Amino acid sequence: MSFISYLISGISLGSIYAIIALGYTMVYGIAKMLNFAHGDIIMVGGYAVFTIGITCGMNKWIAMLVGVVVCTVLGIVIEKVAYKPLRGASSLAVLITAIGVSYLLQNLALLIFGSNPKSFTSVVSVPMIKLANGELTITGETIVTIIVCIIIMVVLTLFINKTKAGRAMLAVSEDKGAAQLMGVNVNGTIALTFAIGSALAAVAGILLCSAYPQIIPTTGAMPGIKAFTAAVFGGIGSIPGALIGGIILGVIESLGQAYISSQLADAIVFSVLIIVLLVKPTGIFGKKINEKV
Amino acid sequence: MKSLLQKKSTRNNLITYGAVIVFYAVFQTLATTGSLKSLYKGLLVPICAYVILAVSLNLTVGILGELSLGHAGFMCIGAYSSVIFSLATHETIKSDFLRFLLALIIGGVCAAIFGIIIGVPILRLSGDYLAIVTLAFGEIIKNICNVLYIGYDSNGFQVGIKDSSVQLAEDGKMILKGAMGASDIPKDSTFTIGIILVLITLFVVFNFVDSRAGRAVMSIRDNRIAAQSTGINITKYKLLAFTISSFFAGIAGTLYAHNYSILTTKKYDYNTSIAILVFVVLGGMGNIRGSIIAALILTVLPEILRGFSEYRMLIYSVVLIAMMIYNSSPKLQGIKEKYSIKRILDAKKRAKALGENEKEAE
Amino acid sequence: MKKLAKKISALLLAVVMIVACFAACGKNNSNATLKIGGIGPITGPAAVYGQAVKNAAELAVKEINAAGGINGMQVEFSWQDDEHDAEKAVTAYNTLKDWGMQILMGTVTSAPCTAVVASTKEDNMFQLTPSGSAVESIAADNAFRVCFSDPNQGIASAKYIGTNNLAKKVGVIYNSSDVYSTGIYNKFKAEAENQPFEIVAAEAFTDTTKTNFTTQLNKIKAAGAELLFLPIYYQEAALILTQANSMGFKPIFFGCDGLDGLLAVDNFDKALAEGVILLTPFAADATDEKTVKFVADYKAAYNNEVPNQFAADAYDAIYTIKAAAEKANINSNMSVSDICDAMKTAMTQITVTGLTGTITWTADGEASKDPKTVKIVDGAYKAM
Repeated sequence: MSFISYLISGISLGSIYAIIALGYTMVYGIAKMLNFAHGDIIMVGGYAVFTIGITCGMNKWIAMLVGVVVCTVLGIVIEKVAYKPLRGASSLAVLITAIGVSYLLQNLALLIFGSNPKSFTSVVSVPMIKLANGELTITGETIVTIIVCIIIMVVLTLFINKTKAGRAMLAVSEDKGAAQLMGVNVNGTIALTFAIGSALAAVAGILLCSAYPQIIPTTGAMPGIKAFTAAVFGGIGSIPGALIGGIILGVIESLGQAYISSQLADAIVFSVLIIVLLVKPTGIFGKKINEKV
Repeated sequence: MKSLLQKKSTRNNLITYGAVIVFYAVFQTLATTGSLKSLYKGLLVPICAYVILAVSLNLTVGILGELSLGHAGFMCIGAYSSVIFSLATHETIKSDFLRFLLALIIGGVCAAIFGIIIGVPILRLSGDYLAIVTLAFGEIIKNICNVLYIGYDSNGFQVGIKDSSVQLAEDGKMILKGAMGASDIPKDSTFTIGIILVLITLFVVFNFVDSRAGRAVMSIRDNRIAAQSTGINITKYKLLAFTISSFFAGIAGTLYAHNYSILTTKKYDYNTSIAILVFVVLGGMGNIRGSIIAALILTVLPEILRGFSEYRMLIYSVVLIAMMIYNSSPKLQGIKEKYSIKRILDAKKRAKALGENEKEAE
Repeated sequence: MKKLAKKISALLLAVVMIVACFAACGKNNSNATLKIGGIGPITGPAAVYGQAVKNAAELAVKEINAAGGINGMQVEFSWQDDEHDAEKAVTAYNTLKDWGMQILMGTVTSAPCTAVVASTKEDNMFQLTPSGSAVESIAADNAFRVCFSDPNQGIASAKYIGTNNLAKKVGVIYNSSDVYSTGIYNKFKAEAENQPFEIVAAEAFTDTTKTNFTTQLNKIKAAGAELLFLPIYYQEAALILTQANSMGFKPIFFGCDGLDGLLAVDNFDKALAEGVILLTPFAADATDEKTVKFVADYKAAYNNEVPNQFAADAYDAIYTIKAAAEKANINSNMSVSDICDAMKTAMTQITVTGLTGTITWTADGEASKDPKTVKIVDGAYKAM
């Protein structure tokens, strides 16, 4: 019985990692860059919803909408200001810039909101499910997170495969130069990718803060890094891979805490990353890309 | 002597050694005559440690061209292994100097061993993967050091990950106490030793860069595939550079840890790795002297500008972004060429030499 | 060659100028002041504690100066930030030494305190920490503290739970990457063996895994714990309370002084904290005259903020320095080392009745005072 409850808690955590990983994997697949600031956009989304919904007392749907819009705009601005000038530069330069952006967001949040945590009121009003005479509980947040995660995955898959903009993304991810020659607006497509990725980050932020109702300036940092681990696990660039990778990672973390050692939870999760990269660097669903000279 | 000096890189290196020695001479004199503020006196050893860290990270980031976000992890290994050694032999090895010398070797070698252990598998990866794996590695090390309990008594050493797993006899002594880390560490680090270590680091790194291996490493950075096709063993040279880099990170960790009486993992986190990266980026990737100057300035400046600490990390992040865009943006290259200080100076020189034909010199 | 000479002379000039910046200024201590320094984090994640200590200490200094100072000397107080980092704390100490500090009130957090104690011992400077609670934080004989030590809190908690028969089965969640938390937990566990209850589950978390506590809570719930001991800080406790509630787990929650501040978390549902028991030396709503006055003054001076236990410890620390300095008859012509020696003896002879109780000291620097327990009732702390 307790095994099942650890499993549920792992899936709940894992589905949040999955939503974050979806954003990571999209940006990585198309812009070919590790957007280190992705985790911090989650935090911005959380604070935006907190400020609008709780400090200003607005309706929670408006607050969520504002949160998503703020993050989308932020994602586009970051792309334009920090990443676009570096298109064509070495990946090292882009990565260091992304780390800079991540730090900038964290420290801005620290200055604006302070280091004291803020309690988040869950936006989910789905009641929890009790099973086996109340010994097992599945919280409303868990149910909503999993449903949202699946919806996002399906919509994204349809969007990429069926719409023109989506196919442009595929083209850009295959070959930027060729795509441009075929009349695809590469800059626009990359900006759109960042917009979608950041909107997903906002959704993830809202769900993260609802499930674990507290927000601090570093809220997004660790989940962000773990979600990247999940994306690598599932095969970076692959949408179903992000979902599966996220959930597996969440379950590993939860079961590791329960059965191996709660002190060594970090070591366990990160060892998974290293092992995956060593055994199958392309992840579960990843495809091998041969380097062209 | 003259032929030696004619080589530009040698001349540059000698200037760097000279500057470090002058720095030492000035501050050591001030410190011994008691006319140096205690604030700066206390900063001398950390500065040496940061300089070593920056120079060694520059070897990975600037020369090898791979991003390591786990430099603090190697520093942590150096610090923990050497502190365990120092505390265990505090009573048996009476000579502070000998003990610290051995501690330095142990710290450096342990870090280098870990460098090899994680380097062999991960250096096959490149770019972003390498960065994230080194980050993960740093977190794992921190996590493990945090739960480590080590004690010794007349029956030998005991290691455990729980307080209760180390049961010592009456004469026993705890060395590491999990999150509480180690305390009563002998303060063996001195400015003199620090500067000697800086000079050794510089010597090794400069010679490495100028050697055949160094050129091989740089060719990997500039074009991996081309380097591979000319027969360069990529993994070997990458591993060599990475191991040297982690060795010196371990040395720096040892130096740093033996300057304070307490050792906890808090210092050796992701933020420290980033701070070292900022030194390297600000000083110029691949530019050793730049790293030294950046480490020096960024350690001293925040102390002079106390009260601005809230903004320090914010400024760091802006500096990181601005420097990267300025240095790496393909679009800005043209503008930079036009307005670079070096070019303006060169132009002036040429103008002088050519007298009135300034326009021609342009 | 001429060029080289020029370069060298330029370099020398630069060096001389730099040296001038770094050289120590002569110490000029006007004879009617006593310089007390304070160190603690006022930026970064631990800023809450440092800020509270700084505020309360400045309040106490203002009161003392208004009432004529210590032995006729006015008190000058200077605060330096250490960002909860050992290196920064030592640098802050050196900065204060350059300023001419004679007595150190600090540092606020444990690990930096341990690092600074090594330096104060070298200089033989008197040090009184309001809240550095690790054993090692006052390892030297020149260092004293106002708060309980971590082991003391662990032992006192175990004894309280045992004597009052609060529960038979106890679960613990602690932060295995934190000095304070592991310090209390280790002693709690040791003392629990002498008490009529059993620790059925002890689960850890670390600084990087402090969002999801459901696994730990599930495990503790499955073990049948009736009481959950939380030797952690209030930030994580707020999360644990919420998550325990949402999974329908309702044991008695018992915490130490780190839980103080729980009710001040922005937007925290105070109903969740109902019935939480804290072992803390100070409750802001106590009705004794001293506390009422302190809380009113503190609120008036600092934006209507309610002082926490760190503030109370700091306020007591300044008054303890005053009491010891008067007992030892300190005057400002004495050297730092002489002040320290005189204060050391005086500390063991004085009794201070402060906000956190009636305190006496032993020569090893530990404060002895009665632990108080506080229960959260109707969204406020009630002394028990």
